[in-house]
Amino acid sequence: MAINPKKTPMREQDPKERIKNFDEVPFGYTEEEAILEAERCLQCKIPKCIEGCPVNVDIPGFIKAIKERDFDRAIKIMKSTNSLPAITGRVCPQETQCEEKCVLGKKYEPVAIGRLERFIADWDAKRGMVIPEIKEKYDIKVAVVGAGPAGLTCAADLAKFGYDVTIFESLHAPGGVLIYGIPEFRLPKSIVHREVEYVKKLGVKIVTNVVVGRTFTLKDLFNEGYKAIFLGTGAGAPQFMNIPGENLLGILSANEYLTRINLMKAYKFPEYDTPVKKGKIVAVIGAGNVAMDAARSALRMGAERVIVVYRRTEKEMPARVEEYHHAIEEGVEFLWLTCPTRYFGDENGWVKEMEVIKNELGEPDESGRRRPVPIKGSEYRIKVDTVIVAIGTVPNPLVARTSGLKTGKHGVVLADENGRTSLEGVWAGGDIVTGAATVILAMGAGKKAAQDMDRYLKEKYIYKKEFAWASI
Amino acid sequence: MFEITHKEELCPTIFLMKVKAPYVARSAKPGQFFILRVYEKGERIPLTIADYDDEEITMVFQTVGLTTYLLSYKEPHDTIYDIVGPLGTPSEIHKYESGSVVLVGGGVGIAPIYPILRGFKEAKNKVITILGARNKNLLFWEDRFSKISDEVLITTDDGSYGKKGFVTDALKELIDRGEKIAQVTAIGPPIMMKNVAELTRPYRIKTIVSLNSIMVDGTGMCGVCRVEVGNETKLTCQDGPEFDGHLVNFDLLFERLRMYKSEEQLAMNFLEEKRRLLYGHKS
Repeated sequence: MAINPKKTPMREQDPKERIKNFDEVPFGYTEEEAILEAERCLQCKIPKCIEGCPVNVDIPGFIKAIKERDFDRAIKIMKSTNSLPAITGRVCPQETQCEEKCVLGKKYEPVAIGRLERFIADWDAKRGMVIPEIKEKYDIKVAVVGAGPAGLTCAADLAKFGYDVTIFESLHAPGGVLIYGIPEFRLPKSIVHREVEYVKKLGVKIVTNVVVGRTFTLKDLFNEGYKAIFLGTGAGAPQFMNIPGENLLGILSANEYLTRINLMKAYKFPEYDTPVKKGKIVAVIGAGNVAMDAARSALRMGAERVIVVYRRTEKEMPARVEEYHHAIEEGVEFLWLTCPTRYFGDENGWVKEMEVIKNELGEPDESGRRRPVPIKGSEYRIKVDTVIVAIGTVPNPLVARTSGLKTGKHGVVLADENGRTSLEGVWAGGDIVTGAATVILAMGAGKKAAQDMDRYLKEKYIYKKEFAWASI
Repeated sequence: MFEITHKEELCPTIFLMKVKAPYVARSAKPGQFFILRVYEKGERIPLTIADYDDEEITMVFQTVGLTTYLLSYKEPHDTIYDIVGPLGTPSEIHKYESGSVVLVGGGVGIAPIYPILRGFKEAKNKVITILGARNKNLLFWEDRFSKISDEVLITTDDGSYGKKGFVTDALKELIDRGEKIAQVTAIGPPIMMKNVAELTRPYRIKTIVSLNSIMVDGTGMCGVCRVEVGNETKLTCQDGPEFDGHLVNFDLLFERLRMYKSEEQLAMNFLEEKRRLLYGHKS
């Protein structure tokens, strides 16, 4: 049978319609579509796709099971390594991970691994998720700080190993960036709730409204009897450019904008009490996934024009191709090789114009991308009434500041490849260690740390006990 | 869910509530605040901690917007949906050899001054309190402050109690009579804090103010609470809420506090509807 050179398409909401709502854009595969796509997999003897996956999902294995209509087996394979497939299936940058390595992709379009992952996760949820049986349980308390992708993954794995796990979350809802950052149209919150419920059913306790560093220190947690701590507090502190006028009204961080909309449901104001600024002409500074999320949210909030302003070109843009295409389809404008230099306000302190400068690309910088160089005298002004700054985030300094953890550039917590930090019994992983990265990388770090924590706890508390028995 | 154990109307529009929040209470220090959400669809708002013991925190708030109104309708045994804290950097409290500590509280700002006063007194400072209100009816806790302070001065805008005038007038009197002041901490309406800072500036008296910026998460994530202090951008929630009053750009603070004015007014139009939704069974 000839292989279909193209991925089985996934149906989506019409751009004209979807910019009027926050509903999810792609609809997902039907069973038939999923099987059709699964049939494209070559079932390589040495599967490259697994190498491209930070949590090493047995990709050919679960795809084969889908092809054979054994969905139960498919989800078991998936969940043996990935506790949050409905999320990763939606927000992973597959094109630079598993799908980039897909052998089929050398000649044709790669297998739509992400879509299949999403399909099997949604199928699992529909029939009611099966909770794996936990064979051995230890009376050892472990604390996880932060209920984002790294923390949830680490907690789920530790629970499966048999530990008594509690997650401490500073916001009122678990999910981290999945709940405050990524908009409903890309990742419905009902799906985050569903995955969080799964983690809870594994026995993990989640305590919200606790800010570690303020409500409890790490020392407090050890005093409370926690034997190991994983820090997955992410990189939530927004960066600004520190240019004149940046504190004018109407200039906000992408974090504020997205938190108001996603976590506080400001798109439903006044049904929900938290408002958000509805700009008419919105500039989004930066071109990562967060910038795309902010730009597309602004359209849905009723903006007439949304302009993404980026200092390099389309080629260097960090956003996922799919998100970029979705943004273009929806009418977001892009100003490449352009950088804001200052803002001007009206008599009430509201931003009304931004001055930008044109760039050209120079030699590559430390990131390997060509450095933007301002062209003298090329400044001009753009009328705006709202500016969303989405130039990246850095780790929140609170935990490190209050615990004496060793930190590096931009306040990242220093940890080895297993997540061990400078403090005994404390691991860290995800954006707090790497700086802002992807959901799946954070999950991979949570997973690795869980394995190392298991080794540490067994050596220190479990095997020791057995030795003690043996010596009697 | 956090249970309200006590409620009192201190004076018209100003309420006191005690809430069971042991995690917050046990870690609370003077100068810190917390964030609450009244109900599931509610906004997260910051309130300063007015007092605390092992189990409970005391909050004092004025009804100014939708959230504080909805909160004021709650009664003992009702619950508050979320409370997170303590947040913010605690007040720096130590013993001054060089002079007394003056605490200035204006309006609802009287309440958060109280734990700071207690802190300075416990550190064995001479402490003078200045309390200011628009009129006699809006003044509270004089007795509490009198018990701890070495001296209490009271001003009302209309002269209905204490001295007629503003807290700055009382502070000026202290300075004029030659009181050696090591530090002033002022909490109240932003304009009051600015005026206190302007008064002490020529005398180079260290002046601390506690800024009431708009916040969402309160942990350094959203950046809406940014203020300019000594020409640097700072986050009120993490770096503050207390800052050197002589370095704060108050004009920017005034502007930023107006940011959501129109939305706040719009939200107030739904007050009765929300009240019915939330408390309908009671009325």
